[in-house]
Amino acid sequence: MSDFSLTSSSPRNGEKIVKGVLFASAGFSVVITVGILWSLIAPAISFFSEVSIADFLTGTRWAPRFEPASFGVLPLIAGTAWTTFIALSVAVPVGLGVAIFLAEYASKKMRKIAKPVLELLAGIPTVVYGFFAIEIFTRVFLKEWMNLEIGAFSVLSAGVVMGIMIVPTIASLSEDALSSVPLALRQGSFALGANKMQTTLRVVMPAAISGIAAAVVLGISRAVGETMIVSLAAGNRPNISLNPLEGAQTMTGFIANAALGDSRVGSLEYNTLFAVGLILFIGTLIINFFSIRLVRKYRKAY
Amino acid sequence: MKSSWKTSLLVLPLTLIVTACGGTNEAGPSDSAATTEIRIDGSSTVAPLSAAAGELFRVDNPNVNVSVGTSGTGGGFEKFCAGETDISNASRQIKEEEAAICADAGIEYVEIAVANDALTVVVNKENTWATCLTVAELSKIWSPASEGSVTNWNQVRSSFPDVALDLYGAGTDSGTFDYFTKEINGEEGASRTDYNPTEDDNVTVQGVTGSKGGLGYFGFSYYEENMDVLNAVQIDGGAGCVAPSSESAQSGAYAPLSRPLFIYVSKTAAARSEVKAFIDFYVTNDDAITAKALFVPLSTEQKSAAAAAAATL
Repeated sequence: MSDFSLTSSSPRNGEKIVKGVLFASAGFSVVITVGILWSLIAPAISFFSEVSIADFLTGTRWAPRFEPASFGVLPLIAGTAWTTFIALSVAVPVGLGVAIFLAEYASKKMRKIAKPVLELLAGIPTVVYGFFAIEIFTRVFLKEWMNLEIGAFSVLSAGVVMGIMIVPTIASLSEDALSSVPLALRQGSFALGANKMQTTLRVVMPAAISGIAAAVVLGISRAVGETMIVSLAAGNRPNISLNPLEGAQTMTGFIANAALGDSRVGSLEYNTLFAVGLILFIGTLIINFFSIRLVRKYRKAY
Repeated sequence: MKSSWKTSLLVLPLTLIVTACGGTNEAGPSDSAATTEIRIDGSSTVAPLSAAAGELFRVDNPNVNVSVGTSGTGGGFEKFCAGETDISNASRQIKEEEAAICADAGIEYVEIAVANDALTVVVNKENTWATCLTVAELSKIWSPASEGSVTNWNQVRSSFPDVALDLYGAGTDSGTFDYFTKEINGEEGASRTDYNPTEDDNVTVQGVTGSKGGLGYFGFSYYEENMDVLNAVQIDGGAGCVAPSSESAQSGAYAPLSRPLFIYVSKTAAARSEVKAFIDFYVTNDDAITAKALFVPLSTEQKSAAAAAAATL
């Protein structure tokens, strides 16, 4: 090795500059992440010096801007969990169905048409989805067609429309995962006498499970973090209820709403925003942590 | 999918750069010489009025931009006392603690009544039962003690049908909230919390029109704009049922929910010619402005008081 020197004989200034730029970009994103984390934690610490963590995490009454104020965050967590659950019960079956169809069954021509349309769905701004939830899904579909006794704002409407929004994410990523399963596995399955359905469900899907799990987890993260649809369509009444026809406020919905009003910087009300933000951040972190472990556990390399 | 992500990654920073540049250009000194801006913020109830005043004012003064924010009366005063705005819209008088903050910051101001408002309680068009509510019944609906317990119309009055109550109302930053809670529940800020609070009255319109058991409250002007989709409830303040209207608000017969609306003008800002001209315009054209914004105009005595207040600027 020592016979060869990999350093060039003449100085390469261009390379140094590129190296510097790349290092700066990497450093930039790290600094930003740390900065966001710090700007979340500092106000949250001063929030928790006034409100006990136990009260915050176990209280069932969320009324931080009323007198007497009350800081039980459970209604917001319930709102987020409920809308996310409904969204995923729409997005996972539909998204997986789309993915299986595109990867295994669709003709080349069909794929050529269906994929761009699906990706178009991903390009719709969430505020448009939110408006669609209020004006079309709730008013026309749920009320006029289904004849449901439902208010203007409901968890059901927000959740389902959020599910529609997430379908392309889950479909596209799962389709990538399914398509990357080697053809030899399918051929082997056919050779053993399995039909197409058996091959897809028992051979290809298990082989692609890590990619599919990653898609679902990304879907969960999107649903948890989604703001516009829920703040438009779910209403802003903190509510713990298993009735999907009632409205509720999610963590993101609260932050969006409260940040619009005027909270004096440094006040307890203002710090509340960051405490809720921190919970949201930690929640997403936990989801990501488990998803990485899940993906590693089931990963099969080809 | 992958390619579209890459595109969005490329486009995003570009957009940021473009918007950032746009921002600096607007704030550049070259522009401020040509156009001047009057910054108004505060009550969302008063906002349509000041916006109407701004529009009419701009007919003859196209170089003056009038921006009207809707942070709520309390939020507006915070900005006003920080010197961030020239005029603050208010649906109630300034509180002592707010006045103290203004005084500490050295912001002197003049209070001018600009219109009357009738806080209007609205229900869904399909609601055939609640045509008139007493203050006691409203209090039963909205008092802090009712939280979680009064959830059905038949609890409000036994003759009312079995329909779930779905409540919409002003957010806590809003002067409407302070005023409504004071008049109905007897204490400013005392309210149940399990309702949809919002600073945006359109959300209340949306909620109440979309829900058979819906009930909400906001300023009379929002009701006038949405008369075709909402019903106003008559209020019985002890002297029989009175419907909200211009006449009943001006005369005070629509009790206890009629009130004057104010603007607060910073004396420092009024030293600028365009602000002074705007205030004079606002006060002398009150009838035209209130008519345009669908508010209840000032009575003759209120008008002369407003003119006197504006003259001190």
